[in-house]
Amino acid sequence: MSLKKKKTFYGHGIPYLKTDDLTGKLIVIEGTDGVGRSTQIEELRKWLEVRGCGVVTTGWTRSPLMGQTIEEAKSGHTLNMNTLSLLYAADFADRLEQEIIPALRSGFIVLADRYIYTVFARSVIRGADRSWIRKVFGFALVPDAVFYMRIGIEDLIPRAITSQTLHKRYWVDQSGEGMDYWESGMDIRLGDDFYDSFVEYQKRILKEFDRMTPEFHFQVVDAAKTFEEINRELKQGMLGYLDDDEA
Amino acid sequence: MARQFEHDHPYPGKLIIVEGIDGSGKSTQLQLLHKWLLNSKYRVFYTEWNSSALVKETIRRGKKKNLLTPTTFSVLHATDFADRLMHLIIPPLKAGMIVCADRYIYTAFARDVVRGVHPEWVRNLYGFAVKPDIALYFKVPIEVSLERILNGRISLKFHEAGMDLGLSDDPKESYSLFQSKILEEYESISGEYGLLTIDATMPIQKQQAQIREIVREKLKGYKPAPFLLKKENVYVA
Repeated sequence: MSLKKKKTFYGHGIPYLKTDDLTGKLIVIEGTDGVGRSTQIEELRKWLEVRGCGVVTTGWTRSPLMGQTIEEAKSGHTLNMNTLSLLYAADFADRLEQEIIPALRSGFIVLADRYIYTVFARSVIRGADRSWIRKVFGFALVPDAVFYMRIGIEDLIPRAITSQTLHKRYWVDQSGEGMDYWESGMDIRLGDDFYDSFVEYQKRILKEFDRMTPEFHFQVVDAAKTFEEINRELKQGMLGYLDDDEA
Repeated sequence: MARQFEHDHPYPGKLIIVEGIDGSGKSTQLQLLHKWLLNSKYRVFYTEWNSSALVKETIRRGKKKNLLTPTTFSVLHATDFADRLMHLIIPPLKAGMIVCADRYIYTAFARDVVRGVHPEWVRNLYGFAVKPDIALYFKVPIEVSLERILNGRISLKFHEAGMDLGLSDDPKESYSLFQSKILEEYESISGEYGLLTIDATMPIQKQQAQIREIVREKLKGYKPAPFLLKKENVYVA
């Protein structure tokens, strides 16, 4: 039922790696901050495991090599656009070679919580050249499918600004801020305060994602719907990529 | 801006870089040039291809646990370079100073390709780099460099000898094989980017005289900002 498609790289690839034996599936869930990707992925994982599929999840800045470095670098706030983009590239390269490719070789379904597109959006907004950042990530595998959880700014704001998250950051985490510094794009100060900067920053991110939708063949899922509706759509979309013949 | 290093930079300063395999004598020559420039009352900023605080610890950890692949190795060094370029190289260039860099992006082009990444990919990776005003390539046969290196110390370091590539179990032989491949890459790079080749087998003084001649010629028309002019000699000839 599913097409036996050979995996390819986006650009010049990794010359010392063969892709012929990557029998697993690489499924990406993309979407901006706070759109609900991780809860959807948890639900999809359970669903797939019940069907008997082996599942591996992976997300940004979780690599053993780089995770800590990126956190430290971000807290210093002295990064420039190129350095941040390249730190993300190092993190991604590490996870691709150490986690994603070995899992695909063993026939797992890899559910990626974000992929290279998030970095493309963030880098371009900070002034990076579109073609440069795409070439930097030329070693990335083309996923079997990319589901983009699309949301409008008017639906995103009430999700980002809840009394729970604001209180937690400010009082419990003692971070000194209610809204997230990076998710608000405060490093480039797009507004007078966190709120104004957040709105402008996220608007630009969403615009960049819309631009990438046809370029990278995103399958768009309306993330303003309820959790169950979104989940049903995602499952429906994923069925075509599964090898088993169960209903 | 796909490859910025293919176009002249807009800064009033001058960027001088040296390249060559280990033991080619490039650092010695750059240090001598540095002193001469200082003595000629220029403001000079000297920098080496060393890891900055940002990723030093990561590279160290990765090497120790053997976590680094050719791709991560390459991207990490590019990250490090981006950080140093922004903090150490561009400010003095903007201020109109002369920057002397011991190794530059061509080191990464040569070394990373030998380790197995795609030559076009690594060139694009460094697309944000500033083009040097003077780029010198110190050409030396493997045997000469090996002799110079081993003269100074007892053994070769693991990565320096390219032992991670599994070319040979013998560090000396591995080094020789690894550096030969790097040498081949340097040959094509020096043609591709017009690096000026210096015969690094010549006596030190002779090389230095030739380099100073090249630099004197290239600095014609270079006017340091008035606030950069120094009053006294630092090194008295």
